[in-house]
Amino acid sequence: MSARIAALVVALAALATLPFWLADIYYINVSSQILLYAIFALGLDVLVGYAGLVSLGHAGLLGIVAYATGFMLMEGLGHPLAIVIALAIGLAGTAVFAALSLRATGIGFIMITLAIGEILWGLAYRWISFTGGDNGIGLKTRPAPFGYSMSSPYTFYYTTLIIFLLSVIAMAIFVRSPFGAALRGTRDQPRRMNALGYHVWAIRFWACMFSGLLTAVAGILFVYYTQFISPQTVALTSSAEVLLMVIAGGPATLLGPIVGAALVVVVKSVVSGFIERWNFLLGAIFVAIVILMPEGLVPGSARLWRLAWRKAGAQRAKTEGKP
Amino acid sequence: MSALTVKGLCKAFGGLHVTSDVNLDVQPGERRLIIGPNGAGKTTLFNLITGELTPDSGSIALFGQDITHVPSRRRPHMGMARTYQIITLFPRDTIIHNVSLALLGLSRMRWNPLIDMKRLGHLTEDGRAALDRVGLGHLADRPLAQTSYGERRRVEIAMALAQSPKVLLLDEPFAGLSIDERRDVHQLLLGIPRDVTMVMIEHNMDVALEFAERITLLHFGEVIVEGTRAEVVADPRTREVYLGH
Repeated sequence: MSARIAALVVALAALATLPFWLADIYYINVSSQILLYAIFALGLDVLVGYAGLVSLGHAGLLGIVAYATGFMLMEGLGHPLAIVIALAIGLAGTAVFAALSLRATGIGFIMITLAIGEILWGLAYRWISFTGGDNGIGLKTRPAPFGYSMSSPYTFYYTTLIIFLLSVIAMAIFVRSPFGAALRGTRDQPRRMNALGYHVWAIRFWACMFSGLLTAVAGILFVYYTQFISPQTVALTSSAEVLLMVIAGGPATLLGPIVGAALVVVVKSVVSGFIERWNFLLGAIFVAIVILMPEGLVPGSARLWRLAWRKAGAQRAKTEGKP
Repeated sequence: MSALTVKGLCKAFGGLHVTSDVNLDVQPGERRLIIGPNGAGKTTLFNLITGELTPDSGSIALFGQDITHVPSRRRPHMGMARTYQIITLFPRDTIIHNVSLALLGLSRMRWNPLIDMKRLGHLTEDGRAALDRVGLGHLADRPLAQTSYGERRRVEIAMALAQSPKVLLLDEPFAGLSIDERRDVHQLLLGIPRDVTMVMIEHNMDVALEFAERITLLHFGEVIVEGTRAEVVADPRTREVYLGH
């Protein structure tokens, strides 16, 4: 347990001092991206990992929030108002999304979320008066609360870091709560949960809402980070990408989606500078994960570590046994 | 007032009448046994009573209150608990977590997303008490995946008992158990106080007959014989459709 706390302190210190030891602004921006995608992946993990509901439409939810923010800023609203309204629209959108998709589970749920994601992509692409079509919407400025301007990569990084930490804490509390236990119960034995007196549908619905809240927060960070939103963000590939972050890192864990987000963002933006066919590399990494650690990088590494530790222990016992 | 009243209950899957015009009247504290050959509609009857299936017609009442249209998830809150013929537990969790989930299901805390579940100490205490009743108190912290079939059967019963039901429906609690395990579960069921009304589906006649006060014999979805243990055992129709095979 103390080793865990030590690792947590080291990680926090590394994140807090990152701009001091990572001089290149480019890498600061990559770090901001990792953190905001980690929030997105944590949001999806609520459904994929803890509720056992795989969504292929989450980029659509992120897109609703990003477009709403961009559109309201374009219409001349201030940043605080635009953010609050965009969050509200994101949650309302999630409620509709959940009401439609929770008519099914399993493959049915995946197909409905996929269809909703595609509809939202179509809207983003075709509803030009609102979304600007293929040209997207550009944002002129980032917010500057109390004179703290987020236009520099450093200030934006620290803002994202704080929101990221709050999201992780919220997620940790949620997972340990009675509601979290009930949600995992509906994943493993929905029929039994119903017979024990739980409202399975409502539990899944509120899990969707929590997932939607984290997705909306990530959407606002995303649109302020890129200062641009286009149909590409809403496309199926984006939904699949964040799903891969969760699956690669380890569903139903706190650390997994964060590691998955780091992996995908690093390969996509850093390694792609050296390897032209980075998509191929990403694919190869996923295949390797699926073969070697089907439970995901974080639980898989923990398993290998325990195995190695036990082997080393047995080795030590053997050598000590000899005179 | 009867604990459980079923009137004119019908259920058909397509052209197959799995339950046709079933009437049942179980008195408070009674031990009722439901028997019948495979496919007689025993488990379907349980699923109708617990609300997992909706009847085509007929009514179900719990202590005089009509619950025919009450959603199945509300029925545990009204004092109805069941066990499953095919063990339906949470395999990734410990035994105590399984029982805690049963207790949490009846608590308003089940909606709380903010507090740590470990801080709900009464769930664990009551859960342990329920496990003690089935003789599994010493295994409370063992992952369910590392338990035997017989132990899982008892966890099923502990989860039902933890909810302090007024009516307990047991679907083949002895299925798949060894002779020793059967004896343990039998003792356990005999020890359940009379404020719990029990309805049991069972095939193992040696243990089941000792348990039952009244017996209902189902055949092709219909009640063929009903009466006291002696009456039903002596009835020629029982021998014909069931005991004599």
